Amino acid sequence: MTILPVTDQLLVRTRIEAFMADYVHAIDADRLEEWPNYFTEDAVYQVRTRENHECGLPLNVMSCSGHGMLRDRISALRTANIYEPHVYCHLIGPFRILDCNPGSAQTESNFQVIRTMVDGAMSIFACGRAFDTFAIGSDALKLSERIIVLDSRQIDTLLVIPL
Amino acid sequence: MTEVSRADRALRAPAFTWPRDDTMRVPYQVYTDPELYALEQQRLFRGPTWNFLCLEAEIPNSGDYKATHVGDAPVVVVRKMDGGISAVLNRCAHKGAVLCYKPRGNIQEFNCVYHNWVYNLEGKLQAVAFRRGVGGKGGVGADFDQSQHNLEPLRVTTYRGLVFGTFSNLTPSFRDYLGDELLKCVDRVFIKSVKVLGYHSQVLPNNWKLYAENNKDSYHASLLHVFHNTFGVVRANMGGGIKLSANGWHHLSYTERTPPNDDATGREKVRSLKEEYSLEDPSVMEHRLELGDRITNSIQTVFPTLVIQQILNALAVRHLIPRGPERSELLWTVLGFADDDEDLLKVRIRNNNLVGPAGFISMEDGCVGGFVQRTAKVDPSAETIMPMGGRGIEPSEGSRVTEAAVRGFWKGWRECMWL
Repeated sequence: MTILPVTDQLLVRTRIEAFMADYVHAIDADRLEEWPNYFTEDAVYQVRTRENHECGLPLNVMSCSGHGMLRDRISALRTANIYEPHVYCHLIGPFRILDCNPGSAQTESNFQVIRTMVDGAMSIFACGRAFDTFAIGSDALKLSERIIVLDSRQIDTLLVIPL
Repeated sequence: MTEVSRADRALRAPAFTWPRDDTMRVPYQVYTDPELYALEQQRLFRGPTWNFLCLEAEIPNSGDYKATHVGDAPVVVVRKMDGGISAVLNRCAHKGAVLCYKPRGNIQEFNCVYHNWVYNLEGKLQAVAFRRGVGGKGGVGADFDQSQHNLEPLRVTTYRGLVFGTFSNLTPSFRDYLGDELLKCVDRVFIKSVKVLGYHSQVLPNNWKLYAENNKDSYHASLLHVFHNTFGVVRANMGGGIKLSANGWHHLSYTERTPPNDDATGREKVRSLKEEYSLEDPSVMEHRLELGDRITNSIQTVFPTLVIQQILNALAVRHLIPRGPERSELLWTVLGFADDDEDLLKVRIRNNNLVGPAGFISMEDGCVGGFVQRTAKVDPSAETIMPMGGRGIEPSEGSRVTEAAVRGFWKGWRECMWL
């Protein structure tokens, strides 16, 4: 790990915070076709439960590797899958920077998702931690890995919109 | 009928009678009525049924336990010191506190945290704290008989690494319960030692029986699920069929990857066949033949609440837990084989995008039960109708366009419930 000067670390933090604000707003605003573009071409995206994560079990609730699988998740929910319409409101916590060097950074952050169904019923749908790895370019950030660890193993009804 | 069930019937007869002799129609009341729900816990889940407890692979060592449920009753299943398996109601005989409140662990004995009553792994009461009081004062009375306060035991049986329990002495042997033909279907999947790849839990906004029916309903598979129909996992014109136990309680529905069949009736214009839909990365649908046949989809039920699933290389047992009249929880234990190599494990993990709470296929079963549940109270005496494949519970070779297995489920329900 290369230790960056404090001012550079602050710059990275600011860029990550702005990037992830854009990321969650794209989901919450139903601009889901933009979602894969937040990832590198070969990125890994996984949603798993804390129980499996802590027991070292490989099962994920959702596993994608690469843009193709990310886009398939969106095309499936747009055209193939049946579910009741609903929206998310993501609330994301401060980013702990676990590692930061000139080309990449790793963070851990809390998140919460409030789900509102089409009839107005609202619930805390998910909460937990996100472990993100960013590829840092001079003018753009991309997620090269995003591992979402859900605190609860229970998922109410179904998970179709990504986190 | 035994004396016990006669007494039970007299005490708890609900204001409900099944409307006719067959099970082609089902009254909506069975999905909402709290009295029927309570009666199910007694007559069905504590009745002559083998209920899934866990996999032997989850409790390999002496003292390993897993907390589970039979119906909505908490049960704990434990590997004994002699290597056998016992199961007890997870409730202290003293004040009723749950004994094992963590989902799994390793114990030498059951030790209630509330008042330190201690039981051996068979559930026999071993010690009562301060039984003789302190300093000659307090303690139990002279008439207290320690041998009368054991944990409530279940009979346990294992088959191919699956562990089942029953509260009833009337339940036949597991072999007789499931029958030889369906036992062979268990053998087909549990061909060698399994390992657990992880767990899911899906909370369903519906009575448990709506999900039990969904699993028995081979008619819906290619109609609801675009992924089944469009990608040829389950399509009405593919080979396969359904098998039923002689009493109709248990079933298997399977589909084989057969040469394309251009029979127009199998390509009926239905929403779920989207010929223009494709995946950018079809590796989610990769299938390595590993069970000695070309079956793409095999869903087997063991009455009342177990499903054994093979969808491509996604193997799992699903255990359904009632959580009140209008809610249930589906616990998925996702499996691989102990000797899987890295590549096969990757195939399984990718295939598991099809199943579980976010499964391209299974998510839809998560919501359709709720669609029925919300209309069930409109008129509880109104009925659903299941006319596909006749009125009876005949198996169907070569076609899954039948609701026979669902009718078989209701036959089992009526027989257990004395209704």
